[in-house]
Amino acid sequence: MGAHARGPSNLRLVWVYPDLLSTYGDRGNLLVLERRARLRGIGVEAIQVNADQPVPRHGDIYLLGGGEDLPQVLAARRLRTDAGLAAAAAQGSVVFAVCAGYQLIGAEFGGDKGQPVAGLEILDIRSGRGERRGVGEILADVDPELGVPRLSGFENHQGVTRIGPGARPLARVLTGVGNGDGTEGAYAGRVLGTYLHGPALVRNPALADLLLSWAVGTLPPLDGEYEAWTARFREQRLAAVPVG
Amino acid sequence: MGKLPMRARVATTLGGAAGRMSRLAGRGDGSVIGGVIGLRVEPGLLSLLAADRQVVLVTGTNGKTTTTRLITSALSALGQQVASNAFGANMEAGLAAALGAAPEAPYAVLETDEKYVPSVLQATNARVVTLLNLSRDQMDRAAEIWLVARRWREAFEAAPDCRVVANADDPLIAWAASGAHQVTWVAAGQRWHEDSWCCPRCGSHLRRDDLGWRCGECEFSRPSARWVLDGSSVIDSAGRVTELSLALPGRANRSNAVMALAVAEVFGVSPAAALQKMRSVTSVAGRYTQVERDGRTVRLLLAKNPAGWLEAFDVLDPARAPVLLSVNAQVPDGRDTSWLWDVDYRVVRDRPVFVSGERGLDLAVRLEADGVPFELVGGIDEAVSRVRPGGTLDVIANYTAFQQIRTAVGRAA
Repeated sequence: MGAHARGPSNLRLVWVYPDLLSTYGDRGNLLVLERRARLRGIGVEAIQVNADQPVPRHGDIYLLGGGEDLPQVLAARRLRTDAGLAAAAAQGSVVFAVCAGYQLIGAEFGGDKGQPVAGLEILDIRSGRGERRGVGEILADVDPELGVPRLSGFENHQGVTRIGPGARPLARVLTGVGNGDGTEGAYAGRVLGTYLHGPALVRNPALADLLLSWAVGTLPPLDGEYEAWTARFREQRLAAVPVG
Repeated sequence: MGKLPMRARVATTLGGAAGRMSRLAGRGDGSVIGGVIGLRVEPGLLSLLAADRQVVLVTGTNGKTTTTRLITSALSALGQQVASNAFGANMEAGLAAALGAAPEAPYAVLETDEKYVPSVLQATNARVVTLLNLSRDQMDRAAEIWLVARRWREAFEAAPDCRVVANADDPLIAWAASGAHQVTWVAAGQRWHEDSWCCPRCGSHLRRDDLGWRCGECEFSRPSARWVLDGSSVIDSAGRVTELSLALPGRANRSNAVMALAVAEVFGVSPAAALQKMRSVTSVAGRYTQVERDGRTVRLLLAKNPAGWLEAFDVLDPARAPVLLSVNAQVPDGRDTSWLWDVDYRVVRDRPVFVSGERGLDLAVRLEADGVPFELVGGIDEAVSRVRPGGTLDVIANYTAFQQIRTAVGRAA
């Protein structure tokens, strides 16, 4: 079951609650995964699940985006009640969560008045509110275990996240704020979260491929137009942002 | 206390500010600097300058500058001078400068940045606040839009003399305006729904149908409107249907125009009289301008955020003319280009697409993901050179990219 429950050809991408968790370009992660899968001849079924619909339990990759305070609290409450996402994660499906989505898959996060709100406990992290808002470009070096080159992205959040013994930091911050303690994001098994907001996978195609490979196994490298533009774009962003 | 000292104070401040501003008049896009100096000398300047005038504030994510211009035109039917910050300088200094430049004008129509609405409303004691729409925009520097709406609502609750003219089709606008003591509801339409799936009052899901929106849980629903935009016509408060026939293109401008008609009514200007004036507006601060360049027609459209791009696509030449898309990410644009992924570019698949701007590569990757063929060019001149002589090039650009292109083609025009 779980990751193996999908049909022979279709990779099921599930975008969770775009009505609540999509503030700024979050659709980009869905589009990039879809594009990179299709370019390799993998069929894709992209499913958008709004907050008034049940979360399907047999998706291959689940995506959660960013959100304002109130929608984040609402999303966490509904996802706890629904229980579909936690069930899918327990069965080994891939979860990629960004910003507000990252916080709410943890054990706890800060609500609209700073009050602690219960998360989904899919990832062993706890988040709260920091002193100031982290806004700007972020660079971070990924845990070598994952074999993914330097992350480049944009962050815009006031969260502070502590990682528990059940998870590992995704990366070490070179420029920017991240979790607030010099680390950025977290992962455990096939669940991965980050403060790189919005279309984080656009600038980080290797991270997109890591998620895809968790779902479908080893992937051939990509070449062609799409990859050439992505590489040029990524190089420009890396060159534009000073380290430290 | 007495009237005399107050008036003297007003006169002094006015004289000083006006003097400084007259020296600055005609330079660049105007007199923000004069307003900055004035405010430094007298922090209460805005309130002093606005005293004894009928002030209209215009705010929202998109359409502020154009609607300000349309209302100013409509109110000119009253035959008296109307002060206005016509060029989009929409924070306190720009407003003070606009008022200082027209000390005798009994009316003022002021485009106001979303964040400044509460303080400007308080300072100017505005008669009308015009609320167009609210959607995601430059989130690296602007407040979250739900928070903006809440602050507006609180400001309206504290301003019993103010009439809010509000777009009833935008749920967040409707929620903010329903805190006001006097409201004129306008069904001005809402194309962009991505920021209003949830009820602003209770957070539950909104349902949409032909009649508007309604919360599935609480009672909150689209207020019934006194003015309705219906295709290319307006149904006014008396039930008359009038063709708008604007010179400005697109659905967004028809929406802006209906908002302007509702504001004009507050001051006793009839729809017929207002429309007659509004139809003479052909371009606004360079937007919708057509210029000739090397034997081609170049048409300039400004789009600063996803909702704005959606409206700009609506205005594209129906004959599948080539289009140049140009994006920067300077501070006025927002440093973050993530919003590009909220725009659906597939609508330009059927025409030649050129890409430029400081963040042209962000756009290139975005278009590639949508399967839109495009060509990266060095700037406006290269794009123009790719268009056949006698042909048309539409240009859609965000803020500083637009200004750069406008400057480039302006030099040749």
